[in-house]
Amino acid sequence: MEVTLKKEVHDPQGSAVENSLKSLGYEAVQRVRVGKYLEVELEAPDQNEAARLVEDMSRRLLSNPVIEDYSYTLEEVRRQ
Amino acid sequence: MPDQEEIRRKLGLSDSEYELIKEHLRREPNVTELNMYSVMWSEHCSYKHSRSSLELFPTSGPRVVQGPGENAGVVDIGDGFAAVFKIESHNHPSAIEPYQGAATGVGGILRDIFTMGARPVAFLNSLRFGELNSAACRYLFDGVVAGIGGYGNCVGVPTVAGEIYFEPCYERNPLVNAMCVGVMPLERLVLGKAGGKGNLVVLAGSKTGRDGIGGVTFASEELSSDSEKDRPAVQVGDPFLGKLLIEATLEAVENGLVTGVQDLGGAGLTCALTETASRAGSGIEVELDRVPLREAEMPAAEILVSESQERMLFIVEPEKLEPLQEVFKHWELDLAVLGRVTEGREVVVRQGGEIVAAVPAESIAGGAPCYYPQSREPAYYKELAAFEPLTLPPPKDYNRVLLELLGSFDLASKEWVWRRYDHMVRTSTVQGPGGDAAVIRVRETGRALAMSVDGNGRYCYLDPYRGGMLAVCEATRNLSCCGAEPVGITDCLNFGNPEKPEVFWQFEEAVKGMAAACEALNVPVVGGNVSFYNEVDKEAIYPTPVVGAVGLLECPEQQGKVAFKDEGDLVLLLGGNELSLGGSQLLKSACGKVAGRPAAVDLELEKRVQDLSRRLVREKLVESAHDLSEGGLAVALAECCLQGNLGAVVDLPVSDRREDLVLFGEGPSRIVVSVKPEKLAETAALAKAGGVDLFELGTAGGGILKINSSSKPLISLTLDEMKQAFEGVFKWIME
Amino acid sequence: MKWGVVVFPASNCDLDAYHLLRDVLGEKVEYIRHDAATLAGCDLLILPGGFTYGDYLRPGAIAARSPVMGAVVDFAAGGGPVLGICNGFQVLTEAGLLPGALYRNSHLQFRCLETYVRIESSSIPFTGAAETGKVLKMPVAHGDGNYYLPEEKRLELEENGQIIFRYCDFEGNIVREANPNGSVDSIAGVCNRAGNVLGMMPHPERAGEKILGSEDGLVIFNSLLEFYGNREVRGGA
Repeated sequence: MEVTLKKEVHDPQGSAVENSLKSLGYEAVQRVRVGKYLEVELEAPDQNEAARLVEDMSRRLLSNPVIEDYSYTLEEVRRQ
Repeated sequence: MPDQEEIRRKLGLSDSEYELIKEHLRREPNVTELNMYSVMWSEHCSYKHSRSSLELFPTSGPRVVQGPGENAGVVDIGDGFAAVFKIESHNHPSAIEPYQGAATGVGGILRDIFTMGARPVAFLNSLRFGELNSAACRYLFDGVVAGIGGYGNCVGVPTVAGEIYFEPCYERNPLVNAMCVGVMPLERLVLGKAGGKGNLVVLAGSKTGRDGIGGVTFASEELSSDSEKDRPAVQVGDPFLGKLLIEATLEAVENGLVTGVQDLGGAGLTCALTETASRAGSGIEVELDRVPLREAEMPAAEILVSESQERMLFIVEPEKLEPLQEVFKHWELDLAVLGRVTEGREVVVRQGGEIVAAVPAESIAGGAPCYYPQSREPAYYKELAAFEPLTLPPPKDYNRVLLELLGSFDLASKEWVWRRYDHMVRTSTVQGPGGDAAVIRVRETGRALAMSVDGNGRYCYLDPYRGGMLAVCEATRNLSCCGAEPVGITDCLNFGNPEKPEVFWQFEEAVKGMAAACEALNVPVVGGNVSFYNEVDKEAIYPTPVVGAVGLLECPEQQGKVAFKDEGDLVLLLGGNELSLGGSQLLKSACGKVAGRPAAVDLELEKRVQDLSRRLVREKLVESAHDLSEGGLAVALAECCLQGNLGAVVDLPVSDRREDLVLFGEGPSRIVVSVKPEKLAETAALAKAGGVDLFELGTAGGGILKINSSSKPLISLTLDEMKQAFEGVFKWIME
Repeated sequence: MKWGVVVFPASNCDLDAYHLLRDVLGEKVEYIRHDAATLAGCDLLILPGGFTYGDYLRPGAIAARSPVMGAVVDFAAGGGPVLGICNGFQVLTEAGLLPGALYRNSHLQFRCLETYVRIESSSIPFTGAAETGKVLKMPVAHGDGNYYLPEEKRLELEENGQIIFRYCDFEGNIVREANPNGSVDSIAGVCNRAGNVLGMMPHPERAGEKILGSEDGLVIFNSLLEFYGNREVRGGA
């Protein structure tokens, strides 16, 4: 799952990285956003249920809807 | 499988050490035991090269409750309370990963304090880096500052004072020395002892992982260009867990639930088990299968030497286990009962039902060999000492020189740094960073503690004996300028490889100098840390002993401050006449030279000056007091002006000395004070009675610092001009 | 009247609030643990500063979901006064008791320094003892005090009089240099619609004794005492 600041929210970390990249000569850089990457291992009978759980926890805890957006991908792993 | 010899070489054990281990065990050690001996017999844990010299330090006194040898020193501060403090280095980890290295340095020293049962009340730090025009140095500097703040701010202990200097010799071997001060009721003191047969040995805090394996061996070796590859040896700090451990441990101590406490730092479980058993003269049996692991299938040796942070070991009477578990559960922490205290004197470790190690506790915790390394005066010493700075022509423009000094990284305002530390939390900081010493009030008793940390690597390089003395004098003088009576010091001795005779000579001389100053000033050393092997590719750092001093005030209102206060106050210079430009900031900043000899120290005079300063400050005879250090009189006056936002007009004492020496020369036992005109007579009388010279320099006031010599103007700078030089230097280079 | 100071794991200004209330103001005060089910009959609540749960995930996020917060939400809904300071402010926004969010300071650094704030509204119980426009000197110490909310929301707050403090210079001018963290519109403290929940980044509990450099923070505690302690006197006057 990726959690990033909403586009309209100023991203101070992103700006700092962006400036640093430019000062290293990467003129091509247009914009940098810094976000969080989370791995959640969960047990669910199917993809739909897994998606529902992830949505739910994203809204309730993992992101702050005032400033952040989230996106995620699901990957099926076999239980050990 | 590699043979024993190869293993012990990798572990850094010498042949004679191996023979000694066999003698202790009366058999061949197995691999697990070899690992245990290797970490405990490293320099970091055993002080094998330094022990014989450290015996020179005076370690007792009427206030000393606990001297060196425990997790921290303990000093009686009256009304049934004690101050607990210690300084420790985390140089090598910070060189490899500055943020985590510094953060875990802070976390480690923090645990040393609350392990004793004390509530941590302040952090201090002493830092050294290379010159900031190198990007690599800026990276280290920024990371270390962020790491110190990252840990300290989170655990809610204010970072109140420190010092930072920049010299090329620290470029790849920065110094990160962290100090913590705690306060507690005396009766709550707990020691790291595993006493009482049948008592439980309990591990709390973080799970054990592979981090920091061999950390102490790493700290006891020189760095090389490939040390970056050693990154896995760096531990990661978890200040959140650290904070929970403080609260849970102090709650357990307060409720009398534990009989012994030991934190897990360098050498991890091995150190905690063998030291607690050895101090109590008992044995311990533990099951490694009960250690909560972060990674599956760690071999016994790795579990035993892992330096995973935020772990504590408790010795608990069986019937108190349940209430202890209650306390820890509340703080969302788990406990693991590893085993019991036994009658013998052996630490026996089992894994999977089999004994994997059985070692006499004392042999491992205190049985390391004591070395008396060769000592030889280095070739550079006489050559540099013979250099006379006054053979150089004097600078032409003293205004420019003063501005240059005020704007040098060494002397410029460190506000950019300490703004990043929470120095106010606990609402007890009654004097924060920027003064001669920080002052923390002790609410429980109404008194206050002053604290300062000082060292000057340049002085020690040029003359380690004088340098050692000067470090002790400066740290205690800073306390005396705040009006505080020094009650104890803790030291962090940062040196190169002691197996080199030249380095060991520096060490010996510095320790001798420090010991002499401690004796003369009547200040005991109650704990400390030796950090050898501060070398990269064979290049040693300047010998850098750092002194952390703690002093006592009867009440916070007694404290003195640096700032000039009121228009018309008289500015006086008290004390010594011994001055030198050898090793001075002027010589470094103006000529890029580190040479000559620092001024000689008259310890009797130093004591008289400090006694007088305390009396003047405490009795409110003076409005301000500031000690003279790097940059001499001119810089000290500028600092008093800048802090007070008030100028001054002064005339230098008449002498046949060169003006640059009088303005910028450095020497001990000197203090600038300001007094109300009506208090001059009383002040002068006390100075006379105290055997201290007093020079009337001039008057505070206006918006300009004017320094004249026999009415000839030498320096005339507005507050704004000085401010501009003094402030903003770090923001400019770092951002 | 009894004050409650809520202690979450790694709160660290709990002691300071407690000290100020008990030793400086002579009030009755109690700690309330993060796992408590009730508020022990407290009349006023303080969520103190600190680094609850290490500020991991987001500052205040995990504490906002701890057991005691159910009781805090009910208490606030019933009109009970709740003051969130620094990390406590972050907890209140994360718990949805206050609008907006607090994130990384625009300069990316933790900053500990004296700031000045201007009282933008003294019509709530937290500031009633002072006049609107009064300037208070109080320190900040945080790395995530950058207050944000979308423009239309901000206008709404402004209209409702929910913006209580703005960073200013010592004379009360709202200037960029006085804003220590990049907060939108220099906002340093906001309250809920009803005016009984206040969040602020500056630390009034660190500005309650002369020896610490300022007593301006007392305005907030005295306002609350005046409003709640002498409510009947007030009503009768």
